[in-house]
Amino acid sequence: MIKHETIEKNVGIMILLIILVISGGGLAEIVPLFFSNSTTKPIEGLRTYTALELEGRDIYIREGCNVCHSQMIRPFRAETERYGHYSTANEQVWEHPFLWGSKRTGPDLARVGGRYSDDWHRAHLYNPRDVVPESKMPSYPWLFENKLTGKDTATKMRVLAKLGVPYTEEEAAAAKEQVEGKAEIDALVSYLQALGKTHSVYNNKR
Amino acid sequence: MSAFWSAWITVITLAVILGCAWLLLATRRSEPHKEATEETLGHSFDGIEEYDNPLPSWWLNMFVATIIFGLVYLTLYPGLGNFKGVLGWTSANQWEEEMAHAEEVYKPIFAKYATMSVEDLQAQPEGLKMGQRMFANNCSLCHGATGAGAHGFPNLTDSDWLYGGAPATIQQTIANGRQGAMPPWGAVLGEEGVRDVTNYVMSLSSANHDADAAVRGEQQFQALCTACHGADGKGTQALGAPDLTDNIWLYGSTFEKVSHTIRTGRNGVMPAHKDLLSDDKIQLITAYVYSLSNK
Repeated sequence: MIKHETIEKNVGIMILLIILVISGGGLAEIVPLFFSNSTTKPIEGLRTYTALELEGRDIYIREGCNVCHSQMIRPFRAETERYGHYSTANEQVWEHPFLWGSKRTGPDLARVGGRYSDDWHRAHLYNPRDVVPESKMPSYPWLFENKLTGKDTATKMRVLAKLGVPYTEEEAAAAKEQVEGKAEIDALVSYLQALGKTHSVYNNKR
Repeated sequence: MSAFWSAWITVITLAVILGCAWLLLATRRSEPHKEATEETLGHSFDGIEEYDNPLPSWWLNMFVATIIFGLVYLTLYPGLGNFKGVLGWTSANQWEEEMAHAEEVYKPIFAKYATMSVEDLQAQPEGLKMGQRMFANNCSLCHGATGAGAHGFPNLTDSDWLYGGAPATIQQTIANGRQGAMPPWGAVLGEEGVRDVTNYVMSLSSANHDADAAVRGEQQFQALCTACHGADGKGTQALGAPDLTDNIWLYGSTFEKVSHTIRTGRNGVMPAHKDLLSDDKIQLITAYVYSLSNK
């Protein structure tokens, strides 16, 4: 019988026992998800983001959109009535990193694609209060001036391919050409319009 | 989940719970005192000593209660690998139940209004209120909370309609969306041509304009613009081409704005909502939109 005095006075044993206790949760709750079909097999017909959408996604991350907008519709009627079908893990298998967010200052964006016109997104991102007077979202006017160089787009695609996203070498090679010179706003809007539109399995009618 | 991972989760989960129970019992059994005592553990830091007392029983019982709670929970709810739990609960079927319940409550209400025409719905304040709520949720981001629109997004409260204000047309606009198609004329007209045509267009609504330029612009307008906007500039609703004579401007009324429209074109998009909203809901939103300009 180990006395707690022994544990308290031997940091090595204490660390070992703490790791043992904590790893119980991780081993049972996290590890099996790496091998489960529901979390590793993409939903039927899932497509990858285009080069421009991928750059838009990085702008979404850079501007911290995920700090105020979630991309995770929970299975409650109040949410599915507003946002469409609840989110499932197999829609997210090619997302690196996940952009689920943890807080909604603004609405969920998981299925925002196609809900508003490109013009609306541009007006809204330039100055949200031009179209939604009550809005407290910040303005992003620099997105209209900054141009994409496409310098790293191919590398990003190759890295994502290593992580299991089915980008081909041809797509990576053509990526720079597709984004070079485009304004950041074009990339971001095309990403927003792709959200929820990368497959058509779910009926989002409500 | 494969049998292996199911077993993996079950074994680890139960081992951790039983491990906690064992730890609790083992330390309890090794306690030298069963009652409160004056004896200390024998160490002293800055004169502070520690009594060698057993855990208070309320504390100990809380540990036991959490272990029992864990086991009961895992019996009722899914948690142990492929074991579904006695209650058979899943988040998806909880959502389905919630939806079925809502269907039961709201379906008769929607059904009542679904059989009425948009004109008849104007006399149904509750139906219009429902339409207003759904408008606020789905349409107000572009058209504004009151339906008064914004730059580039039509005002729905006036009697000016791009595609027509008949109930069936409004319904179609909401369900199928619209795609504006004003082509850019900058390259065809040149800067001077754009200026002339702008002056002519401004003259149609009696806005400030240069009369000489407007005369030159009229010829080009008649050659290039009448196919959509009509010879008199009154527009064609079938094409969504606006009336240019009424001094209502979607993209601004200044010389700068009008010439920008002519130079670079406009492609306003109303997204289709037939895949987002049920027919019953579109019907009520149509009735509300119709009511905005038919008080």
